[in-house]
Amino acid sequence: MISLTKLTKIFPSAQEPITAVDDINLTIPAGEIFGVIGYSGAGKSTLIRLLNQLEEPTSGEVSVDGKTISKLSKQELRFARQEIGMIFQHFNLLWSRTVAENIAFPLEIKGEDKEKKEQRINELIDLVGLTGRGEAYPSQLSGGQKQRVGIARALANNPKVLLCDEATSALDPKTTDSILDLLTDINQKLGLTIVLITHEMHVIRKICHSVAVMEEGRFVEQGDVLNVFKHPKEAMTKEFVKQVTEPDDTEEALQHLFDGAHQGHLCRLTFTGNDAKRTLINDVIRSYDVTVNILQGKLSQTRHGTYGTLFIQMQGEPPAIEEVLAYIRRHEVDVEVISHD
Amino acid sequence: MTDRLVGSAWMMQNVNWENMWEATLETLYMSVIALTFTFLFGILLGLLLFLSDRGQLWENKTVNAITAAYVNIFRSIPFIILIVLLIPFTRTIMGTMLGPSAALPALIIGAAPFYARLVEIALREIDKGVIEAAKSMGANNRQIITKVLLPESMPALISGITVTSIALISYTAMAGVIGAGGLGDLAYRDGFQRSNTDITLVATFIVLIIVFIFQYIGDFLTRKIDKR
Repeated sequence: MISLTKLTKIFPSAQEPITAVDDINLTIPAGEIFGVIGYSGAGKSTLIRLLNQLEEPTSGEVSVDGKTISKLSKQELRFARQEIGMIFQHFNLLWSRTVAENIAFPLEIKGEDKEKKEQRINELIDLVGLTGRGEAYPSQLSGGQKQRVGIARALANNPKVLLCDEATSALDPKTTDSILDLLTDINQKLGLTIVLITHEMHVIRKICHSVAVMEEGRFVEQGDVLNVFKHPKEAMTKEFVKQVTEPDDTEEALQHLFDGAHQGHLCRLTFTGNDAKRTLINDVIRSYDVTVNILQGKLSQTRHGTYGTLFIQMQGEPPAIEEVLAYIRRHEVDVEVISHD
Repeated sequence: MTDRLVGSAWMMQNVNWENMWEATLETLYMSVIALTFTFLFGILLGLLLFLSDRGQLWENKTVNAITAAYVNIFRSIPFIILIVLLIPFTRTIMGTMLGPSAALPALIIGAAPFYARLVEIALREIDKGVIEAAKSMGANNRQIITKVLLPESMPALISGITVTSIALISYTAMAGVIGAGGLGDLAYRDGFQRSNTDITLVATFIVLIIVFIFQYIGDFLTRKIDKR
């Protein structure tokens, strides 16, 4: 549905030019929810704006639904944009218009007739769960409701692609989840391809099929969400994965807990899907001469299955410990020894 | 002498109400017509200033420089001098130098640049994200102007024209110099020059009432339109 070829965007600047997007190649199949995660300044905002040509590429090509966006005339580009919906961090609604009038906006741009417009507005208001609020003004709505209007507006012309520019970053966690549920729902109901950028791994975990980790204009890591969660390779990716798998202070707490004391082996186990159901720890204690102390564990749900981490403390003779580690690894559970004495 | 002046001021014995009424209508006529054209030209000029600026839809250095120069020059000339300078121009397009209509070109040319700056400021206040959103939906420039820029800035445009209207009313008083009539003219000629303080006071009072009414209407509309 979307393909990027050697896409580069360089911003000229007084000192030295800034390369916001650096030679990116990417293919996103139809119906997929693709997430791009990175810190601010990584170039993800520029990347998503290149998809509908709000930014013009310095070089390379963007193709959406078979159309090479960068080669269209001004008018063709306007038509192409009507098939690419976009939602924003700060919603960008017209405050002078009611909810219904905001949703009508893209329909007016396309020049739909009145009857069709009204029918479509009602459908959309119901779809995003704002039934009865059609006559309200944006200033009377909560953040989550405003984003729902944004989504309805983006979907008005039946686009094939939806771009989400930090769509949940201005919302509280609970509202974020309800918006993500809505996006998942839309993705399934309408078969819409969704590209989202975010700095919250939680968003990626919850709704994305695939993810790319972006740093300094490049994708440092890319793949299926569960795989990236299970085997993060780059330091940047690991940092993001930690956002959802470990409470912020886990490592610090562990360090304090075992500071200087006899600690044995501190290990982090990472497992997916059905592995969570296995009685691995029980098996270890029964089969080997080690003691195991469970410190912390967490399960997270991704689109493709469960993903979990478990912190344990193990004590025993070094050979026995080695055997245990090998045993755990044989069962396709990643184990990392954080520290040992 | 003083007693007589104050006394006559309070008795209003010198006031010819028919003349006063006529002058009021002339002032209203000049104000309303000039305000309507100022609103239109001011918005056009303001849009031009805004859109031709760097990073905007019609970025164009030359157009921006010319518009800005025009606006700055005509905003800077004291109105009383502007009227005199514009006499040949007025005579050409209005065909006369007499009556309230003769004041209109100078009023509009003097007030529109002032309002244009207020329009420009109002347009700058619009969130860039909203314009970006409109672009992302495939809006063309005309649609962005008529469906986003103008409606979104309307409260500021209205409060701006309210401020401008007060300035315009005071300009109309000066237009008496070229024989345009109106309350200012009456206050000056019949009031001041003939030492009829009561006429000056009544004329001033009526001007104040007109100003208050304009201000009230402007505030009311701004509040009504503003849904933020």
